[in-house]
Amino acid sequence: MIHSLFLINCSGEMFLECDYFFEAQEKATDVENVPPVISTPHHYLISIYRDKIFFVSVIQTEVPPLFVIEFLHRVADTFQDYFGECSETAIKDNVVIVYELLEEMLDNGFPLATESNILKELIKPPTILRSVVNSITGSSNMGETLPTGQLSNIPWRRAVVKYTNNEAYFDVIEEIDAIIDKSGSTVFAEIQGVNHGKPSCAIGQINNPRLLDDVSFHPCIRFKRWESERVLSFIPPDGNFRLISYRVSSQNLVAIPVYVKHIISFKENSSSGRFDVTIGPKQNMGKTVEGVIVTVHMPKAVLNMNLTSTQGSYTFDPVLKVITWDVGKITPQKLPNLKGTVNLQAGAPKPEENPSLNIQFKIQQLAISGLKVNRLDMYGEKYKPFKGVKYITKAGKFQVRT
Amino acid sequence: MSASPAYGEEKGGSGLGEPEYGHDPASGGIFSSDYKRHDDLKEMLDSNKDSLKLEAMKRIVAMIARGKNASDLFPAVVKNVACKNIEVKKLVYVYLVRYAEEQQDLALLSISTFQRGLKDPNQLIRASALRVLSSIRVPIIVPIMMLAIKEAASDMSPYVRKTAAHAIPKLYSLDSDQKDQLIEVIEKLLSDKTTLVAGSVVMAFEEVCPERIDLIHKNYRKLCNLLIDVEEWGQVVIINMLTRYARTQFLSPNQNESLLEENPEKAFYGSEEEDAKEDKPDAASLVKRKPYVMDPDHRLLLRNTKPLLQSRNAAVVMAVAQLYFHLAPKAEVGVIAKALVRLLRSHSEVQYVVLQNVATMSIKRRGMFEPYLKSFYIRSTDPTQIKILKLEVLTNLANETNISTILREFQTYIRSMDKDFVAATIQAIGRCATNIGKVRDTCLNGLVQLLSNRDELVVAESVVVIKKLLQMQPSQHSEIIKHMAKLTDNIQVPMARASILWLIGEYCEHVPKMAPDVLRKMAKSFTGEEDIVKLQVINLAAKLYLTNSKQSKLLTQYVLNLAKYDQNYDIRDRARFIRQLIVPTEKSGVLNKYAKKLFLAQKPAPILESSFKDRDHFQLGSLSHLLNTKAVGYQELPDWPDEAPDPSVRNVEVPEWTKCTSREKRKEKVEKPFYSDSEGESGPTESADSEPESVSESESESGSGSSSSSGSGSDSGSQGAESGDRSEERRKKKKGKEGPRKAFLDTAGSNPSEEEEEEQGKKGKRKKKPQHEGKGDSGSSWEEGSVSESSSSESDSGSEAEESQSEPESKRRPTPPSSKAAPKATRKGTKEISLLDLDDYRETEARGREGTCPRSPSRPVAELGILGLPEATARVTTAPPQPASSPSVVSTSLVTDLEGLSLTDTSLASTLLSPTFSAVRTHELLHRMAGEGLSVEYCFSRQPFVPDPHMVAVHIQFSNSAEAEVKGLRVCAPRLLPGIRLQEFPEIESLAPGDTASVVMGIDFSDSTQAANFQLCTHSRQFYVSIQPPVGELLAPVFMSENEFKKEQGKLTGMSEITEKLTLPDQCQSDQAIVQRVMVAANVSRVPCGADHVYRFAAKTVTSGSLVLITLERKDGARAQLTVNSEKMVIGTMLVQDVVQALAP
Repeated sequence: MIHSLFLINCSGEMFLECDYFFEAQEKATDVENVPPVISTPHHYLISIYRDKIFFVSVIQTEVPPLFVIEFLHRVADTFQDYFGECSETAIKDNVVIVYELLEEMLDNGFPLATESNILKELIKPPTILRSVVNSITGSSNMGETLPTGQLSNIPWRRAVVKYTNNEAYFDVIEEIDAIIDKSGSTVFAEIQGVNHGKPSCAIGQINNPRLLDDVSFHPCIRFKRWESERVLSFIPPDGNFRLISYRVSSQNLVAIPVYVKHIISFKENSSSGRFDVTIGPKQNMGKTVEGVIVTVHMPKAVLNMNLTSTQGSYTFDPVLKVITWDVGKITPQKLPNLKGTVNLQAGAPKPEENPSLNIQFKIQQLAISGLKVNRLDMYGEKYKPFKGVKYITKAGKFQVRT
Repeated sequence: MSASPAYGEEKGGSGLGEPEYGHDPASGGIFSSDYKRHDDLKEMLDSNKDSLKLEAMKRIVAMIARGKNASDLFPAVVKNVACKNIEVKKLVYVYLVRYAEEQQDLALLSISTFQRGLKDPNQLIRASALRVLSSIRVPIIVPIMMLAIKEAASDMSPYVRKTAAHAIPKLYSLDSDQKDQLIEVIEKLLSDKTTLVAGSVVMAFEEVCPERIDLIHKNYRKLCNLLIDVEEWGQVVIINMLTRYARTQFLSPNQNESLLEENPEKAFYGSEEEDAKEDKPDAASLVKRKPYVMDPDHRLLLRNTKPLLQSRNAAVVMAVAQLYFHLAPKAEVGVIAKALVRLLRSHSEVQYVVLQNVATMSIKRRGMFEPYLKSFYIRSTDPTQIKILKLEVLTNLANETNISTILREFQTYIRSMDKDFVAATIQAIGRCATNIGKVRDTCLNGLVQLLSNRDELVVAESVVVIKKLLQMQPSQHSEIIKHMAKLTDNIQVPMARASILWLIGEYCEHVPKMAPDVLRKMAKSFTGEEDIVKLQVINLAAKLYLTNSKQSKLLTQYVLNLAKYDQNYDIRDRARFIRQLIVPTEKSGVLNKYAKKLFLAQKPAPILESSFKDRDHFQLGSLSHLLNTKAVGYQELPDWPDEAPDPSVRNVEVPEWTKCTSREKRKEKVEKPFYSDSEGESGPTESADSEPESVSESESESGSGSSSSSGSGSDSGSQGAESGDRSEERRKKKKGKEGPRKAFLDTAGSNPSEEEEEEQGKKGKRKKKPQHEGKGDSGSSWEEGSVSESSSSESDSGSEAEESQSEPESKRRPTPPSSKAAPKATRKGTKEISLLDLDDYRETEARGREGTCPRSPSRPVAELGILGLPEATARVTTAPPQPASSPSVVSTSLVTDLEGLSLTDTSLASTLLSPTFSAVRTHELLHRMAGEGLSVEYCFSRQPFVPDPHMVAVHIQFSNSAEAEVKGLRVCAPRLLPGIRLQEFPEIESLAPGDTASVVMGIDFSDSTQAANFQLCTHSRQFYVSIQPPVGELLAPVFMSENEFKKEQGKLTGMSEITEKLTLPDQCQSDQAIVQRVMVAANVSRVPCGADHVYRFAAKTVTSGSLVLITLERKDGARAQLTVNSEKMVIGTMLVQDVVQALAP
């Protein structure tokens, strides 16, 4: 189950053994259930689980646990950023860079440089091209100049940056979290601003700031202006970043763009059951719902499924008991449907719980909360940069109870 | 990579490098393969191609990552520390930090590189040099680190200052004796105005001196204002620190509200006498209390942290949330709920921590999270630990209005596949039912339905919960009890069976017909049951015997007989007990009469409580809170003070950055200990002498306020302990499964109620008086205090011990019967000098005669030993004390004195210097026993070594006390550390028994105090020996004038200057004695000097010829200041220590 154990202690050393952790791991039935904080007689182990790797840090004295967890996630993010994936092989292949990175990120157990663009200036990420060039010219991966960002108050941006094309893109991505229980629903939405560009100053205006219930900002946003004028004013970082995230509270009615009809039942004493799921769009403001995937965790007693789908394809994993139904685009004319029979283990009692359906979908060009970026102005540059705003609505943790 | 083929080729030809090791007889065959394996790496590191070095370093780092030991490559790697290639350099740093602690001597070689780096014009290089230097955990460089930190703390670049702040905890962890000096640095850095530094220095503050809250006063407003621009990790640290600070400096914003709030609580707990008593002082204090006005600084903190709730960093959000929870007025705490709920969308680990904290908060402030109830709904995909925490929160939030939705939600959960979660849900339903009377029946019915669930675990858990609920109102529910009695046939989970049996026994009068039948069945299966079930069977039997002896007498006898021979002694004991208690015999005592009372007393229902109750006495968001135990290094969150300390301490003279200039600027008070600062009613102008009074007043007040509570607390504590014991016994007698509380009810009515009362009283008090919350708190804080005290006393005693150690040593050293030459020389010297300055020298003469026994040079060596070179100490202790070298020393001092008369005659100097050898301290190189009759001693003759001026001359004296002749005495196979060279002495062909021979050999120690290891070979044997120089012997005297000295000293300031304060002992008050002692400690020459009480000495290091200048300045009294200027900081620091030692009494 566990591919590798990656132990990082506070001073940035790595070592590969930690009995207490293994013990806790064995005890937990599921990888997700390993407690993030483990207390041992002399140390405290704080771990996170990302992409099949445990990042474990060893703590000796009192420290806010979130501080460590947040940092470990930042480390994982950095690896992801550098190696494209945060897998065991990637890390093993790049042990030296991992060491160099950790050396920069931690000083005596205290986070030092965690901003990805500073790190990239210090240690260039490996690419095939660069390794070829390095082997020919003998140059190294290490930045020759020392980073300037660390010295300034805006560590997310390098001091002098020049690009050939000037563009700023904003993606407004809203995710709908919902639990649908016949009628009741809980809804959140979240936006991720993904900016790609380099103006020295930008201001974004949002049509209806009162909509936003709770907002969290990238440190680049000038909070004072938001407070007073409800305007987002910021010096954007290089590369992709999350500008703000917000929640639209469940008090505001959130339109759920899809509906599901389902009949999942098991017959008493007959080791078979019925499975019938239909999914359809509700009101979608003229946009199509695409990328629909339905996953269902079936009860343990289920042996096999015998289904036919009118659209898309389905797979059933008999070990994990998971059905994945890749529906694709929903057209209102012909509603996708998946139905058939369920084979249960002979003699096993009827499962009591009906499984819940997890649904993923995507709607392009729509922010379901009605949020719009009204204006995007840039200052401090003479040229006229290219600006673009894209809206996507996605399903977040979207669950339908049956 | 291009490097790999090259490496392959080299490996083929690597035979050349090998023989060096192959021939070494000591290394043997076993290790040779090891050497071979790393040889290629060494060669690559030695090459001048950066790419090869890089490749080698990469492989070494990969080795470390795989957990292999790469420490034997240390010398080869360290050489590259000065490499130009930045990547190689970085990797060398990684390596160095990892291994320096193991290989301290070698690590010292790299230090000069870092020292150079510290002076680099580029701030980033300065910073990184300091970073690595401070990461090398070698105790000997502590003074260097200290200096470097001090220097960097006043660097122009904020980035370097930030690095200095980072280095502080590192140095502290290496040597906690530096605390005072470090606090000075912290104080300095705290006043820094840049955001870059703030976070790091507060982190250092928290690690080094969190108790010195007084350092924060002046910087408080600045920190508040800078906060939003500090980097996120720093924000977390600062916010946590400010929370603690605010708790000591401001008044509780909720004091009035909390008083109002209490009343309903009290009413709830009903008419207890204690309560009435408690009320009076409270009411009194309410009257006394002024209307609360929030301190503007308190408001400043709250205002400036609020925006950080929007941070993207979960740790920052949590930090602000806990700050608000602990500091904000009740009405304002609500703002944090939103942000915390937002964090629930984050990674599951973050969720876990946040939910733990939300669970605690939701007990205290339920209303805060109620609007977000739905955010805590559980998804089937959540990990179990998250589900259980969410359940906890939902349960805490349940109240009469929302209970129906919550219960509906719970219904869904009960059907989950995750059985642990289902069990937790059932518990949660039980808790809701106890807390909210309205839904008790609904819950109970629901749970009873669950009894027919197919899953046994669900049923078992329900039984346990139902049992607890039924205890509240048993009479109405005989139907349920009957239903449960029927379940005994099916349920196998022991806990559930035990619960059912207990219920039937307890309420057997409600089910008079079924109970004996159940007992019959259980008696049948008794032997096969689990222990807890057996115990309950015995309980059931006893209770039935008492109520319905007709039907159950025989059954009881039977069960008791079975239990008598049970394997478990608890069961046997219980059976014996009960038999004595209930079956009337002649012997059975008085208790028999009360058996019925004992067993069938009314037992109070258990209280189902959240496990998060009262966790808020730990600072939220902390590790201790999460674990619910005090973690190492946890700083207790202090209670609010009763009286606000003087707010004017936070005033700063130039409040350019503050907005709250409106506050009247009072004159700054200079560093008052803040505990004694109490504003009182009369304000800050109050005279100082009234302060202690007010303190004591407040203390006494708090004492009286809590006196009743603490009194009762301690009472209850002791009683609790007592009652615990008693109840233990009684439980055995009573078989009351539900624990001690019930057991009490029989003996006296007062007793149990008292206990209960106390418990509730405690609860009540906690709510009433948050400031006196938990006697445990104050207790532990006291504890902490005492701990720190004891530790300080420990350290005191430690230093004392050291002193005492050194004292006898000095006493032991025989005050040498000053050899005849000495007084003569002294007299001569004094005579000549006294011509110049009579007054001064008469004194010195007298002193010099009586007390100034010249110290033997053993001290510096011993000192080195302490510093981690154990060989030296060993040798010193074994060496016999030598008669001291007074004549020579005096004569050299004389020379310098003559120099003072500007008689700079080198020939005179050399002639006078030459006789030093005879009297210099000798060290043993080889003991007679170890050398089989051959004993070898050596001494540093302080003469120039003629063949090579860069070598230190070492006189070696052989004496043969064996029977046989020793032939072919020579040096062979030196195994020297890099940089050290050795000039062998000519072979001694033979040494007859009883003969002695002396030779001179030269060793270039490369300006380090590392030992030169070599072997002495004779025709038959080899002996491993090593010579280790005291730092003073690495020098050669240099003669210079005062002006030259000052000029050179001017060049060697800053990092190269090491200053130390010392106190001169009585016997060192004279000039002569001082000069003498310094000259014994080090091979230096005195520089003439016009000023009184200033002594200057100059020397250069033997190998590199860098200047070493010593200045000793006597201040008034016995105080003096020693300054050593040298480029070689290691030498400088060690020399300072040696000289200080030499001048110590």
